[in-house]
Amino acid sequence: MESLGNVIIYVIIALTIIVFSVLAVTTKKILRSATYLLFVLLATAAIYFQMDYEFLGATQIAVYAGGIVVLFVFAIMLTHKPGEDAAPLTSHKRILGLVACGAGVLLCGVALFGYAKFCSQSLPSMSDFTIDRLGEMLLSTDKFGYLLPFEAVSVLLLACIIGGVVIARKR
Amino acid sequence: MYLIPSLIMFGCGVYGFITRKNMIAILISLELMLNSVDINFVVFNRYLFPAQHEGMFFTLFAIAIAAAETAVAIAIIINVYRLAKNVDINQITKMKF
Amino acid sequence: MPLSSTIYVLAIPFFMFLFLGLVGVKMPRKITGVIGVLGMAVTTVWAYAIAFTYFFGNGEGQMLDGVRQQIVTTDWTWLSFYADKLVVRLGVLLDPISAMMLVVISTVSFMVHLYSLGYMSDHDGNPEKGFQRYYADLALFTFSMLGLVVSTNIFQMFIFFEMVGVSSYLLIGFYYGQQPANHASKKAFIVTRLADLFFLIGILILSFYTETFDFKEIMGANGHDVCNAFTSAQGLTFMGCSVTGWALTFIFIGGAGKSAMYPLHIWLPDAMEGPTPVSALIHAATMVVAGVFLVARLFPLYVLEQGAMDIICVVGAFTAFYAAAVACTQSDIKRALAFSTISQIAFMMTSLAVSSASGELIGGHEAGLGYMASMFHLFTHAMFKALLFLCAGAIIHAVHSNENSKMHGLHKYMPITSIAFLIGCLAIAGIPPFAGFFSKDEILVACYEKGIGWGLWMSMVAGMTAFYMFRIYYLIFFWKKHEVHGEHAPKDQPWTMTVPLIVLALISCVAGLVPFGKLVTWDGNQLETHLNLPVACASVGIALIGIGLATVMYWKENPLPDKLATMFKGLWTASYRRFYMDELYQFITHKIIFQGISKPIAWFDRTIIDGFFNLLGNVTNTASFGIRKMQSGNVQGYVSYYIIGAVLLAAVTGVVILCF
Repeated sequence: MESLGNVIIYVIIALTIIVFSVLAVTTKKILRSATYLLFVLLATAAIYFQMDYEFLGATQIAVYAGGIVVLFVFAIMLTHKPGEDAAPLTSHKRILGLVACGAGVLLCGVALFGYAKFCSQSLPSMSDFTIDRLGEMLLSTDKFGYLLPFEAVSVLLLACIIGGVVIARKR
Repeated sequence: MYLIPSLIMFGCGVYGFITRKNMIAILISLELMLNSVDINFVVFNRYLFPAQHEGMFFTLFAIAIAAAETAVAIAIIINVYRLAKNVDINQITKMKF
Repeated sequence: MPLSSTIYVLAIPFFMFLFLGLVGVKMPRKITGVIGVLGMAVTTVWAYAIAFTYFFGNGEGQMLDGVRQQIVTTDWTWLSFYADKLVVRLGVLLDPISAMMLVVISTVSFMVHLYSLGYMSDHDGNPEKGFQRYYADLALFTFSMLGLVVSTNIFQMFIFFEMVGVSSYLLIGFYYGQQPANHASKKAFIVTRLADLFFLIGILILSFYTETFDFKEIMGANGHDVCNAFTSAQGLTFMGCSVTGWALTFIFIGGAGKSAMYPLHIWLPDAMEGPTPVSALIHAATMVVAGVFLVARLFPLYVLEQGAMDIICVVGAFTAFYAAAVACTQSDIKRALAFSTISQIAFMMTSLAVSSASGELIGGHEAGLGYMASMFHLFTHAMFKALLFLCAGAIIHAVHSNENSKMHGLHKYMPITSIAFLIGCLAIAGIPPFAGFFSKDEILVACYEKGIGWGLWMSMVAGMTAFYMFRIYYLIFFWKKHEVHGEHAPKDQPWTMTVPLIVLALISCVAGLVPFGKLVTWDGNQLETHLNLPVACASVGIALIGIGLATVMYWKENPLPDKLATMFKGLWTASYRRFYMDELYQFITHKIIFQGISKPIAWFDRTIIDGFFNLLGNVTNTASFGIRKMQSGNVQGYVSYYIIGAVLLAAVTGVVILCF
């Protein structure tokens, strides 16, 4: 960490993510849950900006925050009567969830603090990664070119559009 | 550093996925997990291999695919709601065995 | 007729088989029969033309220095492995014995085809069920048998050996609705197959050392020049005998199975369950001599292996006596004839075995006499035994029974059949001038040359032959007045059945005059034969004694046979029960093989092997039912299992990495 400003930004981002993640999975009102998710996604975008991946961050905001969360809200509106609460949890499920989550976090945490020492080092400099270069890479067929996955994703999205229409259509 | 919030976010996703009853809430938990994985990709890429950008591209495509997946999932949920009049995961166990 | 057209003699029956088998079912039964007969007539004429050209023509390369040559008229490579090191060929080999066999097979087959038109119909002339199948099978058999005799190599011979076995199986089991026919066909098939296993082993040993299947390559042209590989392999020994001796003995066992030599004879009497014309064709005239033909074909090799020859000699002589002894008491006329066939084939085998190869004169006769006599007897026997069987068929067709107790006194009702049967009996008994006299005389001469003991033994069997044949004859046609069973009295059969009888009777009268020594010898040299007066007189005398004895005992109804039967009760019963050979086989197969070997194997298979696989199935089944509950349809449950599993896996991996 080279500067206090960065530290402060990191703390803000980390706190936002942690707090709103926990809230998103524990709140009783489903619409609030979606809203907390929005905050988490925005904080994630902030991480991307911190990493100098401006395009990625912009995509994150546009697609996730702008698209997916709106989709969630619509879905919630369609499937819920206003003011309806989530049904209370059964205790064995809560214990099961806590165990699974705790075990996973513990294991990953051990691995993380045992091995990933690079976390504390400063951000290495990244030269020469402009939006032009990103576009070229995305559409090139060379080494480090991503045309094929790009096209594959475009086909996938087309399939999703059609599939979504077919599935959700009234018969 | 950024891996710590990512890890906690993932844990929350797992917890939510297992405990939630509402299918949309489960989908939200799923998004949380997906997001934390995305962060991981970017962080590892940025810290370990700053000259290359595979992780970043991976995340880019993951976001696109996540969007597609969410759209389809929501379409399914709406359809299920139309059929069963609710979105409780415990009631939708017809596809067992 | 050029010799190269020999292949068509085989092709016609083959296409008859395909045609009748595939299309025949759609046609009226009578027409299929007529087509079968016509096809066989063409084959017969063709075969005669070929044989005539071979024996009396003087085409290119047929005779060299007075020696009749073997001619390969067709030669195809069928299979070729290992850069032409292992080659299986199919072809047509003409030599004296195969040309002779062409005549025998086609004649008898044609007669049987014609005869069957009448025999396989009821008394109003309507063909019975399966008529087309019957003719198709007959054609298949004829094809296989012709293919067998013209084989150029031992492998082709084996193929056709199996094919005659199959067609014999099909024809014995022609009345497949009847249990005895089923059992008989299975028995014939299994016994001959067991023998063929030895044949195959013999082929493998022989061709392993000689490195070829081809007769000409093994034995040289005309059998004069046995290849070096064979003679050097004679030096190798295995368990006290030379390997070639083993090979030839095994091959003989294969032939013994087909030719019903003791102790592999048990299938032949049962094979009489088939239609009688089939018995005449397959189980009297042609297929059963395949074993004799096999030994004759490999004669130049057998001559070099005296051990194998001795085995054949002993087996043949014993079988001849045994079968004659059994034939004396049988009451079923077809069984009696079947044992007579076994006895006569054993005559041929013995004759082959006592023959030696060298061209020296022994006691005024050339040494290849036994071979010539064997082939001569094969020829004449095929004719008169087919005649006897066809007569028996006519009788059976008339009285609807095989038992001679249902016959008696038929002479008045069926004079033509009676005379034909008498000619057959005289021929087989060896009374001049009928066919059997000449061939049997040559055989006896050959046996006396081998040793006085062999000669006396075979003479005795010849006397028994005369006795039992005339016993059958008298019991059928005389003995006492016929009691009419059923609606109409028996009478001579329609012309389709009578004509073959007359033709074969005529052939039986004159066949003995064929100058066989000039035509059929093992090396193509001509052989001077002349009547050996003492032997001839002795054999005729013995035959007359046999006939006289039979006349005394069976001409008119009298208590003498019963008295004798009571006097020698044990002997008579043993003979009637065929000396308990079937019971012995039954005991060995059922009590020893089935109980001792098959049952444990079956138990092992059912319990251990099946059990193991059932266990696998049951475990999987039970386990799936057990864990089915986990598939609750609850997605969150699945995810929890998944995460717990992943965590455990990661933990284990981590521990492993840390520890090692």
